Amino acid sequence: MTTTVQPPLPIAPVQRPPTGLASDLRAARVVCHRELLRWVKDGRRLLAGLVQPLLWLFVLGTGLSRVVSVGAENVDFRTFLFPGVLVTSVMFTAVFSGVSVVWDREFGFLREMLVAPIRRTSILGGKCLGGAIVATAQAVVILALAGLCGIPYSPVLMLQLLAILFLASLSITAFGLLLGARVANIQSVMPVIQTVITPMMFLSGALYPTSGLPTWLAFATKINPVTYAVNPMRHVVFSHLDLTPEAARVLDPQLTWGGWPVPFALQLVILAALGLVTFAVAVHRFSKTD
Amino acid sequence: MDSESRAAIRVENLQKRFGEVEAVRGVDFEVQAGETFGFLGPNGAGKSTTINMLCTLLRPTGGRAEVAGFDVVSQRNDVRREIGLVFQDMTLDTYLSAGQNLRFHGQLYGVPSDRLEVRMRQVLELVGLWDRRDKDVDTFSGGMKRRLEIARGLLHSPRVLFLDEPTVGLDPQTRASIWEYLDELRRQENLTIFLTTHYMDEAEHCDRIAIMDAGQIVALDTPEALKAAIGTDRVRLEIDDEAAAAAAIKRQFGLEASSVGGALVLQVPDGEHFVPKLLADLGVPVRSVSVTRPTLDDVFMSYTGRTIRDAESAPGSEIPAMFRGRR
Repeated sequence: MTTTVQPPLPIAPVQRPPTGLASDLRAARVVCHRELLRWVKDGRRLLAGLVQPLLWLFVLGTGLSRVVSVGAENVDFRTFLFPGVLVTSVMFTAVFSGVSVVWDREFGFLREMLVAPIRRTSILGGKCLGGAIVATAQAVVILALAGLCGIPYSPVLMLQLLAILFLASLSITAFGLLLGARVANIQSVMPVIQTVITPMMFLSGALYPTSGLPTWLAFATKINPVTYAVNPMRHVVFSHLDLTPEAARVLDPQLTWGGWPVPFALQLVILAALGLVTFAVAVHRFSKTD
Repeated sequence: MDSESRAAIRVENLQKRFGEVEAVRGVDFEVQAGETFGFLGPNGAGKSTTINMLCTLLRPTGGRAEVAGFDVVSQRNDVRREIGLVFQDMTLDTYLSAGQNLRFHGQLYGVPSDRLEVRMRQVLELVGLWDRRDKDVDTFSGGMKRRLEIARGLLHSPRVLFLDEPTVGLDPQTRASIWEYLDELRRQENLTIFLTTHYMDEAEHCDRIAIMDAGQIVALDTPEALKAAIGTDRVRLEIDDEAAAAAAIKRQFGLEASSVGGALVLQVPDGEHFVPKLLADLGVPVRSVSVTRPTLDDVFMSYTGRTIRDAESAPGSEIPAMFRGRR
C-alpha cells in the first residue's frame, strides 16, 4: 500500500452548537435518515416485505373464499382479509426494523451511536420513526391493490388507513427495539420473532372475524395489542362499504370489555399508549452503560 | 500550576471493579496537550477498561478522571464532544458508503453542514480515502476500514483522539501503513492522541508510554528513558574457545560473560563503543559479533518479570454486552 503525500492542510476547527432539544431532534432525524438509506439500498427487503402479504391476500384469500362463508354473500373474503393483511405486513416490517438494533450491536455500529454526545431517546426515537416510515411505505404498495379486493379508492379511507398503519408501525417498531434490547445475538432473533410475533398475528383477528369466538380465544384477542390496530382498520374499511346490519355485526363486531363497548378513539389511544410505554422501557434498557 | 492547565487528560487514582475482579487498581497519570501517549500491556491488563472510563463508556468505581478539562462522570456529554474514538472492533455501517458513514457521524455530532463537506474532504485525504468516498464500506479491506474509522474519529475536530488497539487484527504491512497515517496526523493536527497497544514496536511511536500490568501502571516514561533505565546493550560473540574468552573478558574488563546458545553474551552500557575496544584487547579470535539495543520487550520483562506474550494468558476484563462488537 502506498501513501499519497499530502501537503499539510489547514485545520478547520468545527464550531459545534450547544446541546438541547434542537440537537436531540437533529440526531433523531439523522438516525431516521440512516434507516431510510439502508432500506432504499436493500431492494430485497422491500421485495421480501411484499411477498408474504400478497400470498395471504391472493393465494390464501382466493383459496379460502370458495369455502369460507363470512356472514354475507356480498362480501368477498379478500375484502375482509385486506385490513388484517395490511396490519400483518406492517407488523413484520416494523418489528424487523426495531429488532435490527441487534445487527447494529453485533456489527458495532450501535456503539458509534451510543458514544455520541446525544441522548439515547434521540437514537431510539430516530430508529422508531425510520422503521415506521419504512413499514408504512411498504404498506402503500399493498394499499394500491385495494381495488382488487373490492375496496374503493376513497382518498379519505386511504388517509385514515395510512394514519392508523403509521401509528401501529411506531408502536410495533418500539416493540421490536425492546425485543432487540433483550435478544443477545443474531441467531436468537428469528426464534424470538416466530414465538412472539406469529401468535400476536393469529390472535389479533387479522385473519378471521372476532365475533362468536370461544371465550378463551375472545379473551386472548382482547389482551393482544395488535387487535387494537386490526379492529380500527377493519372498522374504517367497512364504514366505506355498504354492508347489511347483519353482515356488519359478524364481520365488524364492536370490541367490548366485559360488555362495555370500547370506543374507536380509545382503541387508537391504547395502541399509542402501549407504543409509548414500550418505547420508554426500551430506552431505559439501552441507558445502562455499566 | 502551568503543566496542569495544559493537561488534556488528568487521571487520579482511577479504579474499576467488575464484581470481584479489580480490572483497574488505582492509576494516576497526566497527558499533555499535543502529546501522543501510549498504554502498553498484555490483553487483560486493564488498558481497554481505562480507555472506556476515559471515554465515558464505563463508570469508574473509584478515583476521578478529566478529559479536555471535563469530568468523565459528571460532564459526560462535554467529554464526548471533545473526543474522537477508534475502537478495537469495527463500528462502521458496512451497508453505507464511506461518505455516508462520515456524514452520519458529522450530523450526529452537530457539525454544521457547510463545514461538514470541507472537513470530510480533509480527513478523507489525510487517510488516503477521498477518491473512495462513494464506495460502500463492505468493499473495503481491513486496513481501509480502520483508516476510515480514524478519519471519522477526527471529523468533529476532537481535542483528544482515543485509539484502542488501532492495528489489532491487521497484517504487518497494513499496520505499518496505519502508522504512516497516524504519524502524518500527528504532524498535521495539533491533537492529543491516547492509544493502547500490546505491540512493542507500536509503542515506539509514542512520546510517552505507560506500561500496564494487572490493573496497575508499573512504569511511565519516554520509550528512550524506559529503555535507558534498563541500561544495557547485549553484546553477542561467537568464539571458538568460549572459556578462554570469558576468562579474558573477566580479567581485562571486569565483566561476567555467560554462554547462551553457542555464543557468549555480555551486558554493557554502550555496546557500540565497547565492541572495538573488546576486539582490540581480547586477543582471542572472534567469528562474529552483534550488538542489540534493549527493546520495550526487555523493559516489560524487567518490570513484570515475564514477557508480554506470557502475560497475555492473564484473565481479561469483559466489555459489557451492550458495547460488544464483532472482531
